[in-house]
Amino acid sequence: MAQITFITSDNETITLEGKSGSVMALAVDHGIKGIDGDCGGVCSCATCHVHVAPEDMSKTGSASQIEADMLELDDNVNEFSRLCCQLEISDSLDGIVLKVAN
Amino acid sequence: MSNRLIKNKTCVVVGASHAGVNCAFALRREGWDGDIILYDADPLLPYHRPPLSKAYLTSDDGIDKNLLKSAESYDKEGISLNLGVSVKAIDRTHKNIILGDGSVQSYDKLVVATGARPIIPSIPGLANSNNAIPLRTATDVANIRHAVKNSNKKLVVVIGGGYIGLETAASLKKLGAKVTVLEREERILARVTAPEMSAFFQNLHLENGVEICTNKNVIAIETNNGEKIVCCDDGTCYPTDIIIIGVGIFVNKELAMAAGLDIENGIKVDETAKTNDEDIYAIGDCTFHYNPHYGRYIRLESVQNAVDQAKVAATSICGKETRYDTIPWFWSDQYDVKLQMVGLSQGYDQVIVRKENNDNKCLSFWYFKGEILLAVDAVNNAKAYVYGTKLIKSGERINKEKLLDCEEDLKIAHLISPINS
Repeated sequence: MAQITFITSDNETITLEGKSGSVMALAVDHGIKGIDGDCGGVCSCATCHVHVAPEDMSKTGSASQIEADMLELDDNVNEFSRLCCQLEISDSLDGIVLKVAN
Repeated sequence: MSNRLIKNKTCVVVGASHAGVNCAFALRREGWDGDIILYDADPLLPYHRPPLSKAYLTSDDGIDKNLLKSAESYDKEGISLNLGVSVKAIDRTHKNIILGDGSVQSYDKLVVATGARPIIPSIPGLANSNNAIPLRTATDVANIRHAVKNSNKKLVVVIGGGYIGLETAASLKKLGAKVTVLEREERILARVTAPEMSAFFQNLHLENGVEICTNKNVIAIETNNGEKIVCCDDGTCYPTDIIIIGVGIFVNKELAMAAGLDIENGIKVDETAKTNDEDIYAIGDCTFHYNPHYGRYIRLESVQNAVDQAKVAATSICGKETRYDTIPWFWSDQYDVKLQMVGLSQGYDQVIVRKENNDNKCLSFWYFKGEILLAVDAVNNAKAYVYGTKLIKSGERINKEKLLDCEEDLKIAHLISPINS
C-alpha cells in the first residue's frame, strides 16, 4: 500500500492510494491530467512523464536507460524525470510526490 | 462555441475500444456538457489490445488487469457505457442510431469507431475447423489459452507472418508450444518493412525455436483421424492442434456504408476526423484519413492513430479549431526484442542499417527517399526511435555518412552535422 501524490500542471494536488500495478495505471484510473499512458505501460509512448520530488528520488531510483532515451529530446526532461509506467507500486513508494511533466 | 451551446446535447460513440473510449473521455475534457453514450458489442469492459498477443497471452490475468479505464472512471465522467449492445443502423435523416434490439437512440453528434475484424480466409476446411482462432479480442485470447492448455502435443500453426502472427508465435513459444509460422510472401513482414528487417526477425524466431516457412500458400485444412493438417499449394503439410489466423483485417465499414457515408479504403474523413456528414465523425482503424506530413490519404491500424484521432474528433465536436497532423508510430514486442517504429516507409529508395557498438540486438533501419527521412524502425534502440521521430518531423537534412558510421555512438548532433562536399 502506498500513498502517492500527483501535482498537475494546473497545480492541482491529488493524493491517491494504490496497492499494486504501475503508478501510471493508478493515475489513469483516477484521470490525473497529463498522464495518458497510451501504450498501456510498456515504455513505448512517453505519455506518463513525471518529475519525482528530489527528496523522493531515493525511493524511486533514477530513470532506466530506455526511459532516459525516450525522454532525451523532451522539452521538460530533467534529472528527476521518470516514466511512471515503470514505477511499480509497493510500500517503498509510500509518500512520494510526483509532478506531472506535461 | 460556449458550453451553453453544447449543453443538453447528446454525443453517441459507436465502438468502445482505444478510439471510442479515448474520444468519450476527451469530449468531457474539452467541455462537452451533454450526454456521452458509448456502445460496443463486446460485453467486456474496454481493454488494451496490444498486450493481447504479447504479455497478456502468456499470463493468467483476467482482463480486469488490462482495462483502458476503470469501471468507476466512466461513472465519474458521466459517460454511459453500454456493453454487449450492437448497433444495426444509422438513420442520418432523423439523427438516430438503431440498436440490435430495435430500440432507437438519438444523437446530435455521432462518432463511428467501429474498428476492424480479422479476415478469416476462405480456405476449405478452415471455417469449420475447431481451434482455428484469430487474435483480436480478449475472448480470442481466452480461447487460445484454453486450446493450448488442453492440447497434449501443443502443435501450433500460425497462418500469416505479420506482427500479430509473429507476436503470437513468440508468446505461444513461451507457453511451451511448438510453433510454425506459414507466410504466403517470400519474407515475413513483407508489407511493412525492408528485407533486412524481415531477415532479422526471421532469424530471431529461428533462434528461439519457432519455425518460419515463407512462400507458403495455405490451400486446405484437412482432418485425419482427428488430427488437423494444414496443406500448402507446394504439397507441404503441417499437422497441428491449433491454428492461429493472422492474415490481416477487414475494416468494419458496413454501418457507415449503409448510411451513405463516403467510403474508400475505410471511412473517409477530413483533417478533423469528420465524415461527409457534418454531424458524424469517424476515428481509429476504420478511417481513411489525410496525413499532411506524407501528403496522402492513409489507413492505419494502430493505437497511436486511434488515440490521436479520438482527441482531434473530440476537440472538433466541442467547436474548437484542430487538425490531425501526427507522424504515425507503432511498437511490437517479441521475445526480448522491443521494436519501435515511426513514420511510413512506403516509397523508400534507400535503407541505412545501423548496428550500435556491434551489438547484434541493438539496431535501427532508416528509410530514405532521396535525402528525405521517411521512417525509422528501431530494435532495442529507443534513442534511434526518438531521434527518428524528431528528424522526420523537422525534415532536417541528415548526414548519412555519420549515420552509417557505427564506430561513433548515435548522437543527434552528428546526424544533423554539416555534410562535406
